[in-house]
Amino acid sequence: MRKLALEDTLLLKIEKPARYLGNEIHAVQKDKSRISIRFCMCFPDVYEIGMSHLGIQILYDMFNRWEDVWCERVYSPWGDLDARMREQDIPLFALESQDPVRDFDFLGITLQYEMCYTNVLQILDLSGIPLHASCRTEADPIVIGGGPCAYNPEPLAEFFDLFYMGEGETSYRALLDAYRESQARGGSRKEFLERATAIPGIYVPSLYTVTYRTDGTIKAMEPNNRHAPKKVKKQLVSHMDHTYYPVKPLVPFVKVTQDRVVLEIQRGCIRGCRFCQAGMLYRPTRERSLEELKAYAKEMLESTGHEEISLSSLSSSDYSRLPELIEFLMEYLEGKCINISLPSLRIDAFSLDVMSKVQDVRKSSLTFAPEAGSQRLRDVINKGLTEEDILEGAGAAFEGGWTKVKLYFMLGLPTETLEDQKEIARLAEKIARRYYEIPKDQRNGKCQITVSTSFFVPKPFTPFQWVPMCSQEEFLAKAHVVNAEIREQLNRKSMKYNWHEADVTVLEGIFARGDRRLSQVLEAAYKKGCLFDSWSECFHPELWREAFEETGIDPAFYTTRPRKKDECFPWDFIDIGVSKDFLYREWERALAGTVTPNCRSQCQGCGAGQYRTGVCPGKDADTSQAREEAKGETVRESTT
Amino acid sequence: MKVRLKFRKYGNMKFIGHLDMMRYFQKAIRRSGIPVCYSEGFSPHMIMSFASPLGVGLTSDGEYLDIEVNGELSPAMAVKRLNETGAEGVEVLSLQKIPDGKASNAMALVTAADYRVSFREGCAPAGGWQERFSEFLKQPSIFILKETKKNTRELDIRPLIYEARCGDDCVFLKLAAGSAENLKPELVMEAFASYSKTSFPEFAFLIHRLELYADGKTQGGPRFVPLSDLGEAF
Repeated sequence: MRKLALEDTLLLKIEKPARYLGNEIHAVQKDKSRISIRFCMCFPDVYEIGMSHLGIQILYDMFNRWEDVWCERVYSPWGDLDARMREQDIPLFALESQDPVRDFDFLGITLQYEMCYTNVLQILDLSGIPLHASCRTEADPIVIGGGPCAYNPEPLAEFFDLFYMGEGETSYRALLDAYRESQARGGSRKEFLERATAIPGIYVPSLYTVTYRTDGTIKAMEPNNRHAPKKVKKQLVSHMDHTYYPVKPLVPFVKVTQDRVVLEIQRGCIRGCRFCQAGMLYRPTRERSLEELKAYAKEMLESTGHEEISLSSLSSSDYSRLPELIEFLMEYLEGKCINISLPSLRIDAFSLDVMSKVQDVRKSSLTFAPEAGSQRLRDVINKGLTEEDILEGAGAAFEGGWTKVKLYFMLGLPTETLEDQKEIARLAEKIARRYYEIPKDQRNGKCQITVSTSFFVPKPFTPFQWVPMCSQEEFLAKAHVVNAEIREQLNRKSMKYNWHEADVTVLEGIFARGDRRLSQVLEAAYKKGCLFDSWSECFHPELWREAFEETGIDPAFYTTRPRKKDECFPWDFIDIGVSKDFLYREWERALAGTVTPNCRSQCQGCGAGQYRTGVCPGKDADTSQAREEAKGETVRESTT
Repeated sequence: MKVRLKFRKYGNMKFIGHLDMMRYFQKAIRRSGIPVCYSEGFSPHMIMSFASPLGVGLTSDGEYLDIEVNGELSPAMAVKRLNETGAEGVEVLSLQKIPDGKASNAMALVTAADYRVSFREGCAPAGGWQERFSEFLKQPSIFILKETKKNTRELDIRPLIYEARCGDDCVFLKLAAGSAENLKPELVMEAFASYSKTSFPEFAFLIHRLELYADGKTQGGPRFVPLSDLGEAF
């Protein structure tokens, strides 16, 4: 039995000691003496959240298939343990070996949302690794960042040695090989980082210098080292079937958020919603083959013993073989008492039929994400869902026995008017009326319509990256408009309205489009005690306010400030395949209320065609229109 | 067919609480391919009941859980599969057939449990404590203050201590267990401490459950019968 890093008496004092044991089913143990690279993978949030993340499971499986590498995990210690580790000087440890994180070769931290940034500093701090990359020595691990927030890594630039842009399956082998060679030659940390810049997708922030204009915007971001490339290109998997998939995922003892088999059916999304960062970052859309998915599903259910399988993708209904896959699963799971969960499914006759077979209709609720209340605003954001779609779907669902509907909207979208806000309540009313059209003796009591709004945060690499974000006061005023309008509706008693906190949204907006100068605010806030900012009970807006004041940084510069077309953004050095020109064109179409067709129906020449895979036309033929368009993009880009 | 599974829990698994152990076995049983029965209805759950929850921090050689199966099953293969696909720190020891009906439920049967209480390093009482412990047990009644949700009341725990003896550095206790009357070993140790006018530090004890017993008298047998003696091989 392994010796644990924490004493029994300490483990018995803290909440959920199982978070810190590392003995889950399928956790990988290796013989340290036969390993040349030790990699610690971190999700900077509490165990139950981190363990639910598919990306880490994929990379954990990939790394551990390599004989020379041992990949372990670490998550943010919860507050109770954090306090004791500081009191007793216990260094943060990786779960599998229980060895200190600072003894590893690499610490890889996935950046899934901006509100985990203080937790990144906690991980470094508790590990005893200097917060600033510039202060680290040869004895410290190389600290790598990845994940969606790495597409604007600049607010974290000070704290990371390097960032990995793109999907982890592609460049890690080359990076680890470069590290091994460098170690064998006795190369220094600096020399390894320089060499790493030659690997596609690797960004070493210390090798770039940023200069600013007097108005505070970026003048230029230039390499300060001859090895560093001017642009860093996103890496992605070209053939989804020739890649890694964890058929033996970790099975934790405590109930985690995602307590089920997760089957990733495709990557990317063809829809092109203009607010959605994932929809642009993961282009082109790539499907996994039906046969592979069938085999994975069986193997994963058998190896985990989970009682539920969930299909994962940005828009499951767009997976071209969905009916066959679901049919297979329903047949295979017959009599096994295993549930199928189908998130992100369009509500139509097909999905209702499937859901009525796999769920308890009386208990489950249907989810629609119209995102905006009016058709006008839905056209602006390019959300294809129409009012007819929603009313038809809801109507069919009500007739099928469902009584609960959830509706998701965003407030503060560009061009939004008072009318658009009120339309949210009116749409809920129309759905309620549709329910009460069903004769009384055929329906099941009252219906329950839950309206939830979040506040819109403009994200890098979206057509809305130029737009000003609302202030906290504006956000709350909008929520009050919706709330008041809901109370005006005839069927208000069948409706419930929730809205998201505005203060944390504003902070998210600051970091989403932030630059290097924010590193000091982050550090100041962390030192004041900010941690687990995404947990409302842990969020301290007053400490953040102090941190901004003391560092002299104006939050409004990052949020409510309008940006010019040609402004140099902190993330412009990253090439995600989708061009800035395309994004601006989409912004102009948004202002005109023009809808853009999805990738499958008509290629828009966004630039992702250069990856020559997935949904992009002409991936096999060189003469296709998309290739021409993609070339056109490159030319246009280089002339701006 | 009703089946009783006996297992031991040791090492780092002692930090996994009762609810998580239930989840663990639900998944372990599915992994093993045992043809287990589920309840009827729209959200069926595995038919499974544990004899007696084991607290966080305790280890055990005698834990039991009952399930129902509805297909071909080789007990030896099932034990092998459960252990191959299981976690270190849980070892399934046997699988036995038990009579149908509610009366045979492990949870309903449990009446006593054996424990070995030893002391964490540096927490053992001063020399000669064994004699004091014998004197402590000779009392006709041992009152402790038992806290309930509403109030605190005095409780005589002496009748719930069925057997007790001291080893060199540990105490063996046979205590009332189950839904009717249940006595935790640490309460006995704390009563001993207050009898000796001393106190133990927090987490002073290493508690290991050795066996769970049913009342054998109803069938004219001995008073305490290990739960595993009630099942039969198949």
